[in-house]
Amino acid sequence: MKYSGAQIVVKLLERQGIRMVAGIPGGASLPLYDALSSSSIRHILARHEQGAGFIAQGMARTEGRPAVCLASSGPGATNLLTAVADAKMDSIPLIAITGQVPTALIGTDAFQEADTFGLMLAITKHNWIVRSARELLEVIPAAFRIAMAGRPGPVAVDIPKDVQLEQIEVVQWPEPALIPAPPPLAVSELEQAAALLADAQRPVLMLGGGVVHAGCAAAIQSLAEQLELFTVATFMGLGAMPSTHRLFLGMLGMHGARYTNLVLEECDLLLAAGVRFDDRATGEAATFCRQARIIHIDIDASELHKIKSADVAINGDVAQAVAYLRAHCPSASRPSWRQRVTALRADYPLPIDEHAGEFTPYRLLSQIARLVPPDCVVVTDVGQHQMWTAQVYPFTRPRQWLSSGGLGTMGFGLPAAIGAALAQPQRTVVCISGDGSMLMNIQELDTLAEHGLNVKIVVLNNQHLGLVKQQQALFYGERYLGIRNRRAADLAAIARAMGIGGIDLQDCEHPLAALDRALATPGPVLINVPIDPEAMVFPMVPSGKANRDMILARPAAGGGA
Amino acid sequence: MTATYNSGNAILQLTVRNHPGVMSHICGLFARRSYNMEAILCLPLADRRYSQVWLLLDEDARLEQVMRQTQKLVDVIDVRRHDGAVDIFPRLRTVVGE
Repeated sequence: MKYSGAQIVVKLLERQGIRMVAGIPGGASLPLYDALSSSSIRHILARHEQGAGFIAQGMARTEGRPAVCLASSGPGATNLLTAVADAKMDSIPLIAITGQVPTALIGTDAFQEADTFGLMLAITKHNWIVRSARELLEVIPAAFRIAMAGRPGPVAVDIPKDVQLEQIEVVQWPEPALIPAPPPLAVSELEQAAALLADAQRPVLMLGGGVVHAGCAAAIQSLAEQLELFTVATFMGLGAMPSTHRLFLGMLGMHGARYTNLVLEECDLLLAAGVRFDDRATGEAATFCRQARIIHIDIDASELHKIKSADVAINGDVAQAVAYLRAHCPSASRPSWRQRVTALRADYPLPIDEHAGEFTPYRLLSQIARLVPPDCVVVTDVGQHQMWTAQVYPFTRPRQWLSSGGLGTMGFGLPAAIGAALAQPQRTVVCISGDGSMLMNIQELDTLAEHGLNVKIVVLNNQHLGLVKQQQALFYGERYLGIRNRRAADLAAIARAMGIGGIDLQDCEHPLAALDRALATPGPVLINVPIDPEAMVFPMVPSGKANRDMILARPAAGGGA
Repeated sequence: MTATYNSGNAILQLTVRNHPGVMSHICGLFARRSYNMEAILCLPLADRRYSQVWLLLDEDARLEQVMRQTQKLVDVIDVRRHDGAVDIFPRLRTVVGE
């Protein structure tokens, strides 16, 4: 039977188990949409291609499986770029499929032509421009295989319109892609790791996004309990251990609690699992865990020794490595280290609630956490609200926490929340945002309204780009510029105009009761919460400084850097 | 010919799939990770399914990292480091006429 290139793409997506794609059509992707019209795959129309990319990311992050976004050529493709780059930094399996002008027009500056291959190249694990319909039979399964293989990541497939239209005979369909087997573990290194763990007096376990991707959070928690390993999480590793676990010490790094970073200062062994030693986590890399030997487990060999030289570097699947260590390390208990950690924790806690008033960010966040189901999905945008949430939200499970880590993309929150709600409609999705981030993809409120999803958007509104303002205050002598929208938008009214519920807590006589009601009512709602524009995220390690050099509070008035 | 290369010079030999975009992927990687590439030579192998790429690098401390990142490229089949005895780039220089 004959199939067009577009029909081949759709058929292969169906065979891969894709049930939804997010996108926006355009001239160069019309054949694809024509083929989709007779498919079981549900198309989610975004209002901007960046929204489509982040909707797909929301699906991929909650499900741990590749998700697909579609865009047309030229501006459609360039609008996708930010979401693709974001997926690369956070190792999210995203398949970006773009239409391209017909092959004969490539290189002629045709209408809506852009060098999508060249643009995607720098921000994907791999990418293609497809030259024939026949090639699609190889490229589409390869795209899924590569997106899932080892350390996950985005791929991009650019398909010229004539290739979408080309008819070819297909006798046999290729098998759907499977996750390739990880590299085999070297037993000698695992033995060394077990020996170091047995010798350690003050070990710490550091969990990264790789633990979430490997699906071994429960196993690594058992390892931590077996060996009494106090545990920190990177930003991407949040949720890999329940926040309330007795061994859990919270997020490390730039905005970590003092005790968390101080425990790392004192540890003599760091077991780093699925981490890449990002500068926001380590601070000045040379002084990070300077008393410690390091065991580094990562499936991506190029991460080993990249930032920190490891004493034992284990290239492979963290789940398999953890299984080995559980089987080969005897139980341990370290009472004096436990005492020391307990003392640090008591002496150097997170400075919660220094600002008075009903809507301090921490109090608001803990109120929200009390009101929503504990297994809800927590999505954030980027800024102060994101760091406050990372610091204090009581996470209960992996893949509960969806946030733009590596790229730090404002505008991530709303579309990612939509994707999460589409993928797991049984769950409540809470989107914590800020007034700056909210306005960066606000058009997706229309998408949210169309689908009536159970997304609760809570905007911590300080009418400023708060994290930028904080840096101008702390490091640039309070010479403020470009941080304030002098005519603050009425976000709750915008939400209502876009067709979802919208309330502003400053208009409510009983704000906490109104918050309760809004969170308990099924369906989408935006809750605007005015917060103190002077509130800052503390502690803060200045960029490039050692993690022990934490700023704990704003200097006295008038004091700049 | 006396080569006047920096002490940090290393030569990598890559076996890659011979299809469009491969050179872009290699050069793009080096550009965005700011690895210093001094010279590049690429020739298709006899059966034309694969090409061989020779890179002259000014990277010493990061060479292992460069090799690992290069190995991750999907179209790169093999990466090996050559010892100093390979004179491919000095010979190329005679072609350039310096």
